[in-house]
Amino acid sequence: MDFAAAVEQYPALTSFLGRYNYWVVIVLMMTGFYIVIARDNMLKKLIGLNIFQTSVFLLYISMGKVQGGTAPILKEGFSVYANPLPSVLILTAIVVGIATTSVGLALVVRIYDAYGTVEADDVDERDEVP
Amino acid sequence: MIRDNLPALQIVVPLVTAPLLILLRRRGLVTAFVLLATWITFGISLALLHQVLTDGPFAYALGGWAAPWGIEYRVDLLSGFVLVLVSGIGAFVCTYSPLSVALEVPYRTYGSFYAMFMLCLTGLLGITITGDMFNVFVFLEVSALSSYVLISMGSDRRALPAAYRYLIMGTIGATFILIGVGLLYMMTGTLNMADMAGRLDSVEHTRTVIAAFGFLTVGIALKMALFPLHLWLPNAYAYSPSVVSAFIAATSTKVSVYLLIRVFLTVFGVEYAFRDMPLVYVVMPLALIGIVSGSLVAVFQNNVKRMLAYSSIAQVGYMVLGISMASVTGLTGGIVHLFNHGLMKGALFLAMGAIFYRAGSVHIDDLKGIGKRMPVTTAVFVVGGLGLIGVPLTVGFISKWYLVSAALQQGLWWVALIILFSSLLALIYVWRVVEVAYFEAPPEGREAVDEVPLSMLVPMSALAAATVVFGINTEFTAGVARAAAEMLLGVGG
Repeated sequence: MDFAAAVEQYPALTSFLGRYNYWVVIVLMMTGFYIVIARDNMLKKLIGLNIFQTSVFLLYISMGKVQGGTAPILKEGFSVYANPLPSVLILTAIVVGIATTSVGLALVVRIYDAYGTVEADDVDERDEVP
Repeated sequence: MIRDNLPALQIVVPLVTAPLLILLRRRGLVTAFVLLATWITFGISLALLHQVLTDGPFAYALGGWAAPWGIEYRVDLLSGFVLVLVSGIGAFVCTYSPLSVALEVPYRTYGSFYAMFMLCLTGLLGITITGDMFNVFVFLEVSALSSYVLISMGSDRRALPAAYRYLIMGTIGATFILIGVGLLYMMTGTLNMADMAGRLDSVEHTRTVIAAFGFLTVGIALKMALFPLHLWLPNAYAYSPSVVSAFIAATSTKVSVYLLIRVFLTVFGVEYAFRDMPLVYVVMPLALIGIVSGSLVAVFQNNVKRMLAYSSIAQVGYMVLGISMASVTGLTGGIVHLFNHGLMKGALFLAMGAIFYRAGSVHIDDLKGIGKRMPVTTAVFVVGGLGLIGVPLTVGFISKWYLVSAALQQGLWWVALIILFSSLLALIYVWRVVEVAYFEAPPEGREAVDEVPLSMLVPMSALAAATVVFGINTEFTAGVARAAAEMLLGVGG
């Protein structure tokens, strides 16, 4: 018995595996979110933010996928197309993400110049002394 | 021709001005262009509001692509009203700004500073005018990215971590909104708000839509600094350049409140947002905690800009409280307070900017005796402060009147008490400044400071005067707000 047939005997497992793209999204999202919250280093926070945003890109892209669909180009012999709109939308969001990261990195450089550290706690500490 | 394309011009004018400003190297030219562009933008928004008031709401298909496929700009009473607020504050702040910016921002970044300012204005106007959910996200990021840069230009080094923190929290908020929009698109197959509202009825109880509702609520709450998601706000307002504090405090959170109203009432509908979802039990308590804690913390601040920032958190609480009561009176109160608070906080932060321009500090100890040295500036602060307290004949009274009567209508007498209690706290923190400014002698050994030049006095006095004018003659503000509330709740007109 091959794997696919074995899995089909367990409906819960099928529904779990059938949505594996969404599970990937959730795992990435939570990983990124956790890094943003838990890490003290401002650079690592930005990387976490990036992972967090990337998970949303995946969410959008997998939304547009149509099973058995081709790329949305008109051609004879193909009638099922993937939805191109989510990919186009997410292209915009990717650009936004890059802009956010670059502004964030620029800020970290300035913070390093001004404080000599990129640890959030150290930065706060250095401001407490008047 | 121009009249037909006004909705597009509302966005295009500031958007096109931004890159021009970087190319223009001369300060005088930059200033002239900024003033021209912001006043034209203000004029356009007035024309749009006038058009809505005479002909009713209208839509504009961007690039000639019909909705729901193309991006649609939609101007109704609410968005017209908020457009006037945002572009008006933009115009007044810009008129005030050149001297203050020249002092606080390095010479070589003068042009790029204003370019960022125009982009921020573009983004805020865009969020307000668009009728497309994804377009909201794009404009949100345009305004957010430029405001991170603007805040980081503050002369205090603490502006940098403040901008960084805002960047992190703002991006999380925007990404949450993006997730919410994606989930809604998944279920409805459309991004146009009006179209989406129609198609949501059949799927509104699926888990996906409920999740989308949650993501959108939290994302927007982050953006508007609703308690307990307000942590980015105090430092961002306190350490950014004076002009930026005034502009962002008066417009940015207001536009987020607008977005909340738009998403709750236009897209999801009042039935869904307030009857089916347990929103009232979540948002109203948070708004009330925000009102009390914001005012309470403000009392203990020694940096006056920081104090005003905490007061802003309380004021956002008022607006959300008004919305969460989901009655015509409550929503009117929320919308009218959105407008009034923009005027008040604009005037207050501009007054602080003027004091910083002369005295070089906004610490409460450095304000001793400032009332005699800078009588007009201090008077502007007092008028704005009276508005925050809610004294009759100022705009603050009008909004609180609506909020209290909405609370009493629903038998929520304790909510009314909390509003009054918070007003007392506002009295304390405004009084602290007034006492220092008028009743204490200026510290010895310090240079005497003079009143600021006329170019700063006039815009700031105009805003302060507006808070009194709209406090006495409420026909325009409260009238439009009530009509907008009735339209949103689907009653009356």
